[in-house]
Amino acid sequence: MEGRSVSLTSKATIALRVARYRPETDDKPHFADYDVPLRKDWTVLDGLNHVKNELDPSLAFRWSCRMGICGSCGMNVNGAPKLMCETFLTDHAPGPVQVEPLNNFPVIRDLVVDITSFVQRLPQVKPWIIREEEKPVDEGEYLQTPEELEVFQQYSMCINCMLCYSACPVVGLDPHFIGPAAVALAERYDLDSRDEGTAERISLLSDHDGAFGCTFVGECTRVCPKGVDPAGAIQRYKLKAAQSSVLSMILPRGAR
Amino acid sequence: MSEGPQPASHDVLLIGGGLAGLRAAVAIAEANPALDVAVVSKVYPMRSHSVSAEGGAAGAIAEDDSLDEHAHDTVSGGDWLGDQDAIEAFIAEAPRELLQLEHWGCPWSRQPDGRIAVRPFGGMKNKRTWFAADKTGFHMLHALFQTTLKYEELVRYDEWFVTRLLVDDGRVQGVVAVELMSGEVQAIHAKAVVLATGGCGKVFPFTTNANINTGDGMSLAYRAGAPLKDMEMVQYHPTGLPFTGILITEAARAEGGYLVNKDGYRYLQDYDLGTPSPTPVLRSMELGPRDRLSQAFVHEVEKGRTADSPYGPVVHLDLRHLGAKVIEAKLPMVRELCLRYERIDPVTELVPVRPVVHYMMGGVHTDIHGATPLAGLYAAGETACVSINGANRLGSNSLPECLVFGARAGRAAAEYVASVGPSSAGIAAQVRDERRRVEALIGSDGTERVSALRDEMQATMEEAAGIYRTGPGMSKGADALGELQERMSGVRVGDSSRTFNTELVAALELANMLDIAQTMLHTGLQREESRGAHQRLDFPVRDDDRFLTHLLAYRDADGSARTEQLPVTITRWPPGERKYGR
Ligand SMILES: Cc1cc2nc3c(=O)[nH]c(=O)nc-3n(C[C@H](O)[C@H](O)[C@H](O)COP(=O)(O)OP(=O)(O)OC[C@H]3O[C@@H](n4cnc5c(N)ncnc54)[C@H](O)[C@@H]3O)c2cc1C
Ligand code: SF4
Ligand code: FES
Repeated sequence: MEGRSVSLTSKATIALRVARYRPETDDKPHFADYDVPLRKDWTVLDGLNHVKNELDPSLAFRWSCRMGICGSCGMNVNGAPKLMCETFLTDHAPGPVQVEPLNNFPVIRDLVVDITSFVQRLPQVKPWIIREEEKPVDEGEYLQTPEELEVFQQYSMCINCMLCYSACPVVGLDPHFIGPAAVALAERYDLDSRDEGTAERISLLSDHDGAFGCTFVGECTRVCPKGVDPAGAIQRYKLKAAQSSVLSMILPRGAR
Repeated sequence: MSEGPQPASHDVLLIGGGLAGLRAAVAIAEANPALDVAVVSKVYPMRSHSVSAEGGAAGAIAEDDSLDEHAHDTVSGGDWLGDQDAIEAFIAEAPRELLQLEHWGCPWSRQPDGRIAVRPFGGMKNKRTWFAADKTGFHMLHALFQTTLKYEELVRYDEWFVTRLLVDDGRVQGVVAVELMSGEVQAIHAKAVVLATGGCGKVFPFTTNANINTGDGMSLAYRAGAPLKDMEMVQYHPTGLPFTGILITEAARAEGGYLVNKDGYRYLQDYDLGTPSPTPVLRSMELGPRDRLSQAFVHEVEKGRTADSPYGPVVHLDLRHLGAKVIEAKLPMVRELCLRYERIDPVTELVPVRPVVHYMMGGVHTDIHGATPLAGLYAAGETACVSINGANRLGSNSLPECLVFGARAGRAAAEYVASVGPSSAGIAAQVRDERRRVEALIGSDGTERVSALRDEMQATMEEAAGIYRTGPGMSKGADALGELQERMSGVRVGDSSRTFNTELVAALELANMLDIAQTMLHTGLQREESRGAHQRLDFPVRDDDRFLTHLLAYRDADGSARTEQLPVTITRWPPGERKYGR
């Protein structure tokens, strides 16, 4: 990784080109340029905070954990969706580093997008344990071997950062498509040995708005910062739906 | 100034969508499904700071473990300042709460036969810490959040920032909050409010805490007249990464990691924490309590035995002998964080670490049902002080605390609202006042920058309320905070937009932090002894005669703090010596 040799005390700077938009005053977004210190341990998030603390406190963006786990800080860096707290300035030296809001969501202001549509999709896949009969808690845990855990673990790693929605061309074209992370979440519960809700979820996901909206682009898996593989989940879902008894019902629409 | 729409109204309002708030929500829905419940959170619930917890959650289930031993570890870990009735209730209910979360889908790590696996943790005499690899908080929060989605009636106010509690007629009747997307300042009426707003690490410059941990709930309660308890008890975790303050979980030591100084020496053996052994020994050396480990670091600095880093002195965490396989299986996030933020691979290299502000033992004073002395106000989770953590929390007790007392506070609030009438007329004027206060800030052309005031507050607190404290140091800090409070009245929020005004939020958070910083130094000065995390160079020993007591801070009309004492509840464990490694 070239650029990472920049020393801590170096006076070097790098330009951030940041998309600015205030609905009250701006017809459309524009870019503003800021010079920020180029330090080897600074992320783009550190750069944005430098802007906010020292140069222009009105810059709006979301962040919280600064350790890649809360999922708040997804934005586009030089056109690619990234977590700001996991993207180092030096990886984009000598700059400029262009920072824009995620694609496929309405922009509220500056780098903040409206994620209501995503949040509303989550309950639609019934992401909770569904069982015919629930064992009383006092009777102890549902046994689950490490191997059984392994089966769904990857799909349980999603931090809801929505980089995959930003990257997905189908999400962009079809606002009803339920999208990569939501299908991965359905798969996470389907594959959980404690769950018996697969049939319910299949009936929700096996139409055009569910898994079948996907046209196998695979961008979601490439951009996912947590290795979730939503594209794989969608594949599995399609297969599962095709094999299930609802096949006859969904094919005419699924094949669209 | 707009009057705003007709205020929304609920039976119970939960402030906070982390583990404590969401657990309370489900508890209420289960206790009385007819109640109208809403959750307000300044971030989407899954962004709450609970998501970053790594190491695990304690609940005694192993065959060779016992509730009494967990209780004793917690009492002695907290240097006898915890209330033993609360601790006993907590310990008895923790395993059930963790099991409940298992039934809700939390992917706990397992033994080969499918039963829950437990790992050792600092200050715990037995293996009792449940874990989901080293992303425990992440998995707990997502499983719980996803479970709440089942309850369609649960109302959520996502990205609403609460600025004030409405109190009239001697009881809490709702809140005022800013809807961030629109900038509207609105009242939300409720018969009861549960504060589950988390910790306040951001009062300090170097912390493991997320940006949102600004102690808002403590300040809301304090301003409404409810007391804060044991605010001087701030936990420093011994192992944070030097620049970012990102936590390297205690699980790294529980799995067998060593702490070594610049000479490669396991220095903890010099501080009455036991003798080194190649594999971890419970309640010994690296598995001692956090307060003692952080204090040992300071002495190593004094002896010149720490290594230098661009961010000051560090010691090293050595995981190399564990091997790649154990690190990948048990500590994948530790490796990921070291690789990304330090460009160090713990499989082959030493990890530089230093103590870092991590957790707030103190908080809003509650009884063991989560009730504050103010009618209609409840608190749970890190923002509350029940107290089970006393003067020093044991690692992995906080996550189960959020569940146990979140559920308790939810049930207590559900019961309370059954007997409460509608809101009184007096709160309308308060809503108008608060709307005026917040709206006046938007676009205000003061001269004091939020970030500059915040930097000064943080530097003041690091200086005055560090691992070791003195009377004069805290007095000086309190004076400096007083000046910052005054300058706060000239704060500038140049951003005049209503839409997602994060400068406004930062100013409101700063005002909250200044309040609680002041209480930390205030009770810190009153506590003329050394106990747990509160170590005073001018009063170096524990003084049970004078200070086996909680300190409650009340806010007086002029904004200054007033202290009252509240005896510690002792049930079965009279004060004794804390013994580790012997
Ligand atoms: C890095 C790290 C690792 C940790 N690891 C462990 C561990 O392994 N084991 C353990 O037991 N403990 C651990 N802890 C401690 C533990 O994670 C926390 O104490 C606990 O998660 C706090 O949960 P909570 O529900 O009280 O608050 P949080 O999860 O912090 O949630 C607070 C909520 O309040 C809301 N809120 C705050 N202010 C406002 C406002 N003004 N208006 C509206 N909403 C507001 C926020 O939006 C958020 O939803 C760790 C802590 C840290 C920092
Ligand atoms: S699947 Fe990956 S990219 Fe998509 S929201 Fe989840 S973590 Fe983010
Ligand atoms: S700030 Fe939490 S993921 Fe980046």
